Amino acid sequence: MTSATSLTVDTPGTTSAGTTSPWTSPGTSPGTEGSPSARAAAAHAPIPFRRLAWVELTKMFDTRSGFWLLAGIAISALLATAAVVAFAPEESQTFEQFSAAIGMPIAILLPMVAILSVTAEWSQRGTLTTFTLVPHRGRVLLAKAVCAVGVGVVSMGVALAIGALGNVVGTAISGAPTVWDVDAANLATIVLANVLGLMMGFTLGVVLRSSPVAVVGYFVFSLVLPNALFALGMVQEWFADLQPWVDFYFSYTVLFEDVPTGEQWAQIGTSGLLWLVLPLAFGVWRVTRTEVK
Amino acid sequence: MITLDQLTKRYGDHLAVDDVSFTAAPGRVTGFLGPNGAGKSTTMRMLTGLTRPTDGHALVNGRPYAELPNPGREVGVLLDASAQHAGRTGREVLAIARRTMGLPRARVEETLERVGLTEEEGGQRVRHYSLGMRQRLGIGLALLGDPEVLVLDEPANGLDPAGIRWMRDLLRGFADAGGTVLLSSHLLHEVEVVADDLVVIGRGRIVARGSKAELLESAGTVARSRRTPELVAALHAAGHAATVGTDGLVHSDAGCEAVGDVALAAGLPLAELRPADGAGLEEMFLQLTAAAQRDSVDADPSPTSSDLREGAAA
Repeated sequence: MTSATSLTVDTPGTTSAGTTSPWTSPGTSPGTEGSPSARAAAAHAPIPFRRLAWVELTKMFDTRSGFWLLAGIAISALLATAAVVAFAPEESQTFEQFSAAIGMPIAILLPMVAILSVTAEWSQRGTLTTFTLVPHRGRVLLAKAVCAVGVGVVSMGVALAIGALGNVVGTAISGAPTVWDVDAANLATIVLANVLGLMMGFTLGVVLRSSPVAVVGYFVFSLVLPNALFALGMVQEWFADLQPWVDFYFSYTVLFEDVPTGEQWAQIGTSGLLWLVLPLAFGVWRVTRTEVK
Repeated sequence: MITLDQLTKRYGDHLAVDDVSFTAAPGRVTGFLGPNGAGKSTTMRMLTGLTRPTDGHALVNGRPYAELPNPGREVGVLLDASAQHAGRTGREVLAIARRTMGLPRARVEETLERVGLTEEEGGQRVRHYSLGMRQRLGIGLALLGDPEVLVLDEPANGLDPAGIRWMRDLLRGFADAGGTVLLSSHLLHEVEVVADDLVVIGRGRIVARGSKAELLESAGTVARSRRTPELVAALHAAGHAATVGTDGLVHSDAGCEAVGDVALAAGLPLAELRPADGAGLEEMFLQLTAAAQRDSVDADPSPTSSDLREGAAA
């Protein structure tokens, strides 16, 4: 490089912490951080994780699409409950019926929440600001994952409460006995199943980083592939034996029905490793290295 | 304080940024000039940790960007004013950044006011913002954390003349208070009026850098004579570059004194003799960047730009 000029008057490593804050220049509003040294000290406090998580939670709610997606979960739970009360025959008005009716829309909506929590930022190019403020992209993704799972568990709780209420109100109206036919363990596995479905959406969001592509990807995973793989199992016996171990949708949806056996847990583990853990690790690795434009 | 050291970015066979080194010092506005596609934005993205350099490194306040514990408090960054969620209001955009940085709540309203967005505009969705309003919001986002360093990519885009004037004053005030400003543009004039130092980049390489005063000095001389062709010939004979501009004036890279001496020795009457100043810098900018765009990366620059480069860097 040719000789440097007055551009290089300071040695690297010198900070301007001792200089006056640019905010206190004449004609501008005064700084609110006190003395420059106090400012420098405050500036060096790292961003705590709970603050990142709080920010990501805000981002999930504060746009119109985000708000209505979450509101949609509560609304669909209410509608499904009302439909069971109104149309289902008396003997079917059990808690299992209510939770099944509510579970359908939720199992579809929660993965969408998780997908959008990641992809909305990439399609709107908000990542430019996010990753400039927080250069550790892995931490941002972890905060998003924590929020998505948190929102998933809370919405499940709300939806099941609505279902329980429906069960009480519905049977009170019809005069039929109130039946609680889902035990606590199965309730827990239902919540877990929804969290796994949500994480599948999250993984697709991280790997594909595009809202429409990831949404389509999720429907391929949850609607197209299960049928295709079922058909494959019908004609190829070797695959029918292998399927529970490698087909994540096949193995994790068992959680909706009942508490899995030890072997079924193992199958959720192996297929989950293939479909969830490995792709997510790959996606996160790529996000941390990719160029943000 | 910003230090770039041999920063290089290669996309396949294409060298987008080639061995770029310079320092932006506190108390000064550093203008980063170059035509579109010269590598300015890629350089700035590498500086702010958004793009991984192929080689070299960039430091902000003596540290790599990714190692700043709370970057927004030390560096205000505006790379693309349009890169905001269109469904959020200006106030919400600032509120999210405020929360990320851990700043007092009141900072959002202060900043809106500081960048000239009214309370009503702050409540509008970014979708409905004009480019000028987005630029103001982006500058507000950069200023929000009360940083010591500003990195702004083409911040004057979309601003009206009053807005450009406002931003110029803001950047001047920021630097005068001890802040470091790195400001990119493809328009020389925009940067020339506010910058203390200039770094000119063409095709990924630095073609000139130095203080504005030095670059203006090196920008040569303008002379007027009734016997224009003879003056040009005399200057060439004396080993100086000389051309006739569209204004009919003789532009030379020699100093005023040298041109005067040549004219006297050749017995040529001069009607006007002065430093080229802004016009010369413009000419130089066009020549340097044109040369950099025309030549292959490894080829020698043309003699004229080489002369100017020596002059600029000396």
